[in-house]
Amino acid sequence: MNDTLANTEKKTAYILTLPAVLLVFSIILFPIFANIWISFKEVELKDIRIPEPRAKKIVKSISDEPTKIKILYKLRNSSLIQEIRDVSFQDNFPKTFEIENLDPRCSYKKQKLKCEFGNWPAKYRENFQVIFATNDGSKIDKKNLKSIKPKLEGKSDNILLNTNFTLKNFKKVLFENEFVDLLLTTFYYTFFGTVGSIIFGILTAQMVNQKFYGRTFMRSVLLFPYVAPVVALAYTWELLLDPNSGTLNSLLLNYQIIETPINLLGQKYIEISILGFDFKLRLALTTVIMFEIWRYFPLAFLFILARLQAIPKELYEAADVDGASPFQKFFNITLPQITAVISILFMIRFIWNFNKFEDVFLLTGGASGTRTLPINVYQQGFAISDIGMGSAVSIVIVVLLLMFMFFYFKLLGKKVDEN
Amino acid sequence: MRTKNTILFSLISTFFLIFLILIWKILATLQGLSINSFNIEIIFIFGFLISLAHLGIGDRIKSIYKSIIFSSIFVFCDGYLIQKLPIWYNVGVFLILYFFTNKISKYTFIGLKEEHSTQVILFDFLTLFGILFFSFVILFPFYMMLVTSFKTQIALLVNPLDFSINFGQDIKDLFKSYFVIFKSYKFGKYIVTSTIVSVGTVIITLLFAIPAAYAVARLNFFGKTFLSTSILIIYMFPAIVLVIPLYTIFSQLGLRNSIEGLLIVYTATTLPVAIYMLQGYFKSIPKELEEAAILDKLSWFGIITKIIIPLSIPAISSVALYVFMIAWNEFLFSLMFLDNPNSFTLSRAIQYLSGDAETPRQYLMAGSVVVTLPVLFIFVYFEKYLVSGLTAGSVKG
Repeated sequence: MNDTLANTEKKTAYILTLPAVLLVFSIILFPIFANIWISFKEVELKDIRIPEPRAKKIVKSISDEPTKIKILYKLRNSSLIQEIRDVSFQDNFPKTFEIENLDPRCSYKKQKLKCEFGNWPAKYRENFQVIFATNDGSKIDKKNLKSIKPKLEGKSDNILLNTNFTLKNFKKVLFENEFVDLLLTTFYYTFFGTVGSIIFGILTAQMVNQKFYGRTFMRSVLLFPYVAPVVALAYTWELLLDPNSGTLNSLLLNYQIIETPINLLGQKYIEISILGFDFKLRLALTTVIMFEIWRYFPLAFLFILARLQAIPKELYEAADVDGASPFQKFFNITLPQITAVISILFMIRFIWNFNKFEDVFLLTGGASGTRTLPINVYQQGFAISDIGMGSAVSIVIVVLLLMFMFFYFKLLGKKVDEN
Repeated sequence: MRTKNTILFSLISTFFLIFLILIWKILATLQGLSINSFNIEIIFIFGFLISLAHLGIGDRIKSIYKSIIFSSIFVFCDGYLIQKLPIWYNVGVFLILYFFTNKISKYTFIGLKEEHSTQVILFDFLTLFGILFFSFVILFPFYMMLVTSFKTQIALLVNPLDFSINFGQDIKDLFKSYFVIFKSYKFGKYIVTSTIVSVGTVIITLLFAIPAAYAVARLNFFGKTFLSTSILIIYMFPAIVLVIPLYTIFSQLGLRNSIEGLLIVYTATTLPVAIYMLQGYFKSIPKELEEAAILDKLSWFGIITKIIIPLSIPAISSVALYVFMIAWNEFLFSLMFLDNPNSFTLSRAIQYLSGDAETPRQYLMAGSVVVTLPVLFIFVYFEKYLVSGLTAGSVKG
């Protein structure tokens, strides 16, 4: 009895989870495997369109003979690169129609014209013509004839399904000079974006954790950048930072802080000298990182605030009795209590920032030294239309992320052991 | 010690005052006032003197009179004698000064003698500074977005710093950008598409997620732990990796440029979050209720619809709101899958609009306001539900 109950429970569970699992599998897991497959292939954007046999039907009346009609089919292979095999053709005609000249490839039975055209090479074109006559001498309705569409079928190789593999994509990705630069840019973007957002998260959480008038309002305001659509925010920033008419540059010029406008999103380097040392700062990248921090510190803020509110009050009271200063309290009580949250946040944000595409794409499009790996996926796949290369880059992203997670957990595991 | 603390206190409070007035000056400049310098030196001297005088006078005058006197002196000297600016600007400065003197009124000579007093002051002022700084930094772009959408191209070219809105003008002129984007750029259609996609995603996600979350939370079956851990891992998985294979598959199936295609992808990407959030809540519902239901011979369908769903309305609505926000804000997939303007979502439409360099920026900003307002409205209105859900580890970004 118990056994059957457990069995029905199992069955119910599978029925309940199946739809969700199937959907996630087909849309998330399957594409990941497909990505690996594609990354080993030479595929371009134009290759992924399946070649189709097409026919354009043109109906022409013959001037002297109203009972006869000429029908011209403009046949072609839609693909410029692939052949179509065993093309078959079928079209229907009204009952009174008799065919005049039957092509050897075709047959006409029961008002159906059927043809076998064999193989069509790439770019194939043919004008195929048939003449019909009505057997009862009635007039021919051209419109009706036109409305019947011919059906064509053919087999073709799907370039994605054949088994020609190549390592060319990976060679190109890994051994081109750009790769190091790409990796560094992505790393700067990810690392500084993550660290910055966590630092601002700590500051704001510490701030909101005090009591002041309008605190709940402040908490919602702090989350605005995180919940608003990225498109709107990115374009607003672009407008603020525009060198010609942007508000920021206009303000700085107005207060005579700068003499010429700075192109914050379009300039790769800016020279800065501090204490006599000249160094080049990657300006556009820094601006993009600033946007990143601005947009994502709210997440860190929320997590840290939740943790701060869970710290027992007694700890602070005991510190007060011992005469600890506010800074001592912060460094000796608050910080150790939030390290666990911070380490989780660091991992989550690092992974997500590493894959962040929209923000950079909308702000700079990857120009002026802001090309990160995800931007490269898009540029390879859709701007250069090399799908295989794009896939290879995204596989590199996954491998790097897995490596990061592996080392991070090892490091974290060690720390936990020590405690 | 006392002098050092006094000077430190005055310095810290003065910097705070400078910051307050700087923000006010920037906002005033953006209303078209011509303010060409911050006059930081003058504010510094006044602020320092006010702080010192405040400590010196102590309790001898009632603090409200003290505040009014200090504020009036500052406004008279700065706004009237030196800068000659309109009344509304000076009223603002007066209020800032009044606020400032009120803030410093709790510090006294005696207080400054206490241990760590400078650190306490620094901490207090840092908090105040932080509140203002972050409010300004966050709200400023939103403010500019809104204000720009009400301006005209010519007005912005004449004075790029004048963002004052003339409420005296005709409603039609004031909301011109909005009329234009709805009329010439078909934003009404995009709103409908975005709404259908977002609401559709919410409904399908909930249909799939509620049973699955119930199974994970309550039933015992082989592969349960695997399933619940893989939910989290899938949730972390980068969307950019899915883009190319999904693009190829969707092109071959003819699902690009279709709402169905977007719905499938959005549902699949939001499902893990939804299941994760819901199962956490379902676990907190007392099991006895279901046991009673089983005795009453209720099927699992009955249990879910008659017990679980009515009891977890708050969690379900918070998940629904989240999924709605994710789908509404989504950009990457809509960029990849939609290239026919007839099937654009709002985000994609704004990006398309910006691709044309000729598009005036107030139209772009009006579009941005249109896409941002619903989300912010939902967020502010349902904030309580959403914040608790956010910390439960949701919303991908």
